[in-house]
Amino acid sequence: MGSQVKFIQGNEVCVEAALYAGLDFFAGYPITPSTEIAEHLAYRLPQAGGKFIQMEDEIASMCAIIGASLTGQKVLTATSGPGFSLMQEALGYAVMAEIPCVIVNVQRGGPSTGIPTHISQGDVNQARWGTHGDHAIIALTASNHQDVFAMTVEAFNMAETYRTPVVLLFDEVVGHMREKLILPQTNEIPLVKRLKTSVDGGVDYHPYLAREDGRLPMSDFGGVHRYNVTGLYHDMWGFPSDNPKIVHGLLRHLVDKIESNADTIARYKEHYLEDAKKVLISYGASARSALHVVNTLRQKGQKYGLLELQTLWPFPHQVIRDRCNGAEHIIVVEMNLGQICREVKNAVDHPDRVFLANRVDGVFINPSDIRQTLRLIQGRGV
Amino acid sequence: MSVKDYIRERFFPHIWCAGCGHGIVLNNLLRAVGGLGMSKNEIVMVSGIGCSSRISGYVDFHTLHTLHGRALAFATGVKLSKPELNVIVPMGDGDALAIGGNHFIHAARRNIAMTAIVMNNRIYGMTGGQYSPLSGPGKLATTAPYRNIDQDFDIVKLAKAAGATFVARTTTYHIQQMADILRQAILHDGFSVVEILSQCPTYFGRRNKLGNAADMMKFFKDNTTPIGSKAKKENPELTERGIFVQNDLPEYCAEYDKIIKKAGGSC
Repeated sequence: MGSQVKFIQGNEVCVEAALYAGLDFFAGYPITPSTEIAEHLAYRLPQAGGKFIQMEDEIASMCAIIGASLTGQKVLTATSGPGFSLMQEALGYAVMAEIPCVIVNVQRGGPSTGIPTHISQGDVNQARWGTHGDHAIIALTASNHQDVFAMTVEAFNMAETYRTPVVLLFDEVVGHMREKLILPQTNEIPLVKRLKTSVDGGVDYHPYLAREDGRLPMSDFGGVHRYNVTGLYHDMWGFPSDNPKIVHGLLRHLVDKIESNADTIARYKEHYLEDAKKVLISYGASARSALHVVNTLRQKGQKYGLLELQTLWPFPHQVIRDRCNGAEHIIVVEMNLGQICREVKNAVDHPDRVFLANRVDGVFINPSDIRQTLRLIQGRGV
Repeated sequence: MSVKDYIRERFFPHIWCAGCGHGIVLNNLLRAVGGLGMSKNEIVMVSGIGCSSRISGYVDFHTLHTLHGRALAFATGVKLSKPELNVIVPMGDGDALAIGGNHFIHAARRNIAMTAIVMNNRIYGMTGGQYSPLSGPGKLATTAPYRNIDQDFDIVKLAKAAGATFVARTTTYHIQQMADILRQAILHDGFSVVEILSQCPTYFGRRNKLGNAADMMKFFKDNTTPIGSKAKKENPELTERGIFVQNDLPEYCAEYDKIIKKAGGSC
């Protein structure tokens, strides 16, 4: 059996991957440049027996997927910056109540309504800190369609594994670009099913009592265990509590279950890093231009390499340290004012060796933009 | 079954003040549910934030205590993904109609089968007595020290205009009517709205010099009347109670099942 090859848009790839991962329920609100995800799912989901609903706004969309997740479904919503802002309230709820769900943000330029049909990667820190209070989050990204597929499936798997919302941070170029996708065969990529409790009906079930491995088996709404879910700090039954020990313990649990697994969650790609003297770090569509630059310079015998990040949060500090140790220059290529650059500077021993090659005018960063920064770093002028 | 079979005794005592009307709603809601013979496993209660919303913690159903104003949006996700569940959504007046106003009208418009109960005590109780969209002009509140100039909503008219297919009003004084209306609302195959006038003696009553809880309930008795009653004709100032709307229109989840069939999928 040959693989199925498609020539499609990035947003459509996300839809294919979500269906591959077993998506049951989508709630969303139209917004450029993510709308095609809703449009395709409105058509495709009912064909698979799933449910699609267009809600009154992004607040309601995020709330609806949380409700659906609690009945045992795999759920998704998709939006862009302004809608992602509205989702932050319920995203925090999903963190607190430990609800598996996936949120796609196909980024456009902000702040505010910004520049809707143009590219930006300005929501990286919003994904990390958009909702209030200390917390941890998983955010993944991709630079090409094959990886959009892989990361979307990963997002569903991680949402189930860690009982957490997972953010897919795509960008306008990846979302709207058309290129080849080789559709993976059924069972080619492992899928993580929801971990269900083995506690029988009639026996006291503790929905928020973690197992030794930190995981919390779930019971579907409508099943034999009736329990409480809340956005308040809560005890092992899910009932509100302001007991200092419970509050501290729950916050530590919410953060540690993700931060202490940062190495396991880290996804990245390495290009020519074995002997690289100068390391470019990039992600999303920017990584396409960065890779082009590195390929060209290697052909000229210059020892450049590229570390492409696919997991942005939890930030893979250890990966950065390992791969950049000893590099003369580290150049972060991104389409914002240095949101990942700041993290890289925090991660490495010599932050003075870290430079930013960026573009924030709604225009895709191209290889010549990056080369210009490289020339500046070498003191060769513009 | 007794009311005790439906509560989580472990989580009592409740947080409500002495004299609060919300306990009366809880009691009658459980009596109504008890009369329906449903399994507790089939019932999901979704609430928002506020005094009223704490009701979900005390009942032995699947319970989802959500965000301020968002209960109906969460509930829509629960109901659409598992339509066989009975979804009950108790809310406060600020919860349902200020911060949650948009979700309220859209849930009504969709006619998705769930029961929205608005426990209307005309005040934000949990935060200490600020005016709500139901306080009405002339009332005093901590944020209306010179008296309120905001006009209030008529929940019944609003729900009706938004397309709810079951709309009713009752009070914490009229407990038999309350249980009967709640029973019919839960059985209704569409979006049902039940406004229950409830007393907040601690904040609304005290500040507006309306007396104690019993005085406030007596006010409900004296100032409400059955829909279309002779008393209403003689005194148009009276507030009508009873079932205002009870229509049979296509229900959202049933309509979506038709979409699945049309698309060639199987439920």
